[in-house]
Amino acid sequence: MIRRARPFGSGGPLVYLLALVAVIITLGPVVYGALGGFRSNEQLASDPSGLPDPWVFSNYTAVLSNEAFWRYALNSTIVALVTTFVAVLFGVMAAYPLARYQFKGREPLFMVFVLGLLFPAAVAIIPLFILVSRNLHLANTWWGVALPQAAFALPITVVILRPFLMAIPRELEEAALIDGASRVGIFWRLVVPLSMPALVTVGVLAFVASWNAYLLPLLLLQDDMRTLPLGVADYSSEHSSDTAGVLAFTTLAMIPALILFLAMQRRIVSGLQGAVKG
Amino acid sequence: MTDEDVALSTTSTPLGGATRRDQRRVASRPLGSGWRQRLEIAFFVTPALALMAVFVVWPIVSAVRMSFYRWKGFGPMDDFIGIDNYRYVLSDDVFTGAVTHNFIIVFASILIQLPLGLAVALLLNRRIHGQGLLRTIVFVPYVLAEVIAGVVWYQLLQPESGVIDGLISAVGLTPPEQGFLGTPGLALGTVFVVLTWKYLGLAILLFLAGLQGVPHDLFEAAQLDGASWWQVQRRIAIPLLGPTIRTWCFLSMIGSLQLFDMVWILTGGGPANATTTMATYLINQGTGRHNYGIAGAASVILFVIGFLMALIYQVFVLRRDTTVER
Repeated sequence: MIRRARPFGSGGPLVYLLALVAVIITLGPVVYGALGGFRSNEQLASDPSGLPDPWVFSNYTAVLSNEAFWRYALNSTIVALVTTFVAVLFGVMAAYPLARYQFKGREPLFMVFVLGLLFPAAVAIIPLFILVSRNLHLANTWWGVALPQAAFALPITVVILRPFLMAIPRELEEAALIDGASRVGIFWRLVVPLSMPALVTVGVLAFVASWNAYLLPLLLLQDDMRTLPLGVADYSSEHSSDTAGVLAFTTLAMIPALILFLAMQRRIVSGLQGAVKG
Repeated sequence: MTDEDVALSTTSTPLGGATRRDQRRVASRPLGSGWRQRLEIAFFVTPALALMAVFVVWPIVSAVRMSFYRWKGFGPMDDFIGIDNYRYVLSDDVFTGAVTHNFIIVFASILIQLPLGLAVALLLNRRIHGQGLLRTIVFVPYVLAEVIAGVVWYQLLQPESGVIDGLISAVGLTPPEQGFLGTPGLALGTVFVVLTWKYLGLAILLFLAGLQGVPHDLFEAAQLDGASWWQVQRRIAIPLLGPTIRTWCFLSMIGSLQLFDMVWILTGGGPANATTTMATYLINQGTGRHNYGIAGAASVILFVIGFLMALIYQVFVLRRDTTVER
């Protein structure tokens, strides 16, 4: 009477119903896009919400044999990899002294990175465009997009990595110091390998941010250098009458991010939580 | 601060005092020679600071400089016009409209997404089958690029031929003639609905994670004392989620202020400037019309608004955390 069996702990039918509604609303548009890619434009026009009947594969095969699609995917991959590499390398280097050295100005230095979190990238976007295209002559190159993106990914990278590095037991570094290793040597051979899980976390965050980025690539990349989000947006406006083709193109462009997310789910989630706690 | 505590406790637990003494002895050796330590710190920190100086700080500084000149993007920047660009921007109805739209999104997010995310998280925070799968699914929209989600929704929202108009007609209602994105009075609300679809998963995920950090004993004790489900949520779960909620609000605010991608894809700022944001305004003025000075002034105003809101928020949060919780 006082204590029913798990009165709060388990879900009643209402909770499952709510969960079902959440799933339908969440996945509805994604599933619609994927299924729409298997329909013809005539099917889509006559019954927008119907199922494929018959299943049409030509939309997907057309995208997969479209050289531009692969070109965009390649650009996105390279830009995201360079962004990730630069952000993680520079980020872990900066986080190390902030975690381990005692020096005047350590906290102000850390505040520089914390403040960096507050700057909306949009504020800097017009001068950034001028800097990259006029002064550095990096318009329409992978580097021209990757380096600024890495710079904007650095604050979150350092903020997440610092507590991680602090939590690495000091004993290992101390032993190496006694054995005569240099700080820099310890960093590469001990700290970097030990913090690999955290590096993967911030790396995935930087990769996803770069993969999904639109504004900076929109200003800097044209034609053959475009990334997938640009490609999707342009394809959708250029082929607005070919709804089925647009849906197939969009669906295929979703897949890499989804696979990466499913494979790295734990790391992304723990990274975001770490960012929120810190 | 808590992280430091954790780090300290992990380093001092294994051997207690002995470890700490070792630490001081060892640490004093490389730290003794000041120049060497400074060199090492410089080696580690310089690449990051240099990258941020070039690609974050310099652009912001030059946005400020640009905002005091009339400059079309070519030739020397020598036509100094003082605060005329600011005067122009602040008296431009399109810009004030954009600021209003940004603030509508900021407050709508907090007033609608926060209770909604909290409600879903509280209801899902129980031992139900497939909770892990559910969390994965709810988070999917967050991982997709805003552009890609936008293109799919754009198709769904097509007037007449889109699924959403189809569903509305099917239940006997009349969808708006120009479509949801083509009707000035509905466009911003529609953009907000799509943004909620895209970002609610992050709120749910963070709140669920925060709830799982709450010791289960607390719930059970309250339950034994006869508290109802709602009382437990109201008095225990939600207060303990406080820090997570405040951080989410902060992230949401910053995101809403720089909203660009979704608007650009769904409406381009239209119809009749009904969905412009500060970011679409400065892109239109900058790369669209080559009014770089005006774009610079708009950037600075966006920066100041963001900074002030962050500051006010920090003060508000600090006061809360010091007076209520400690």
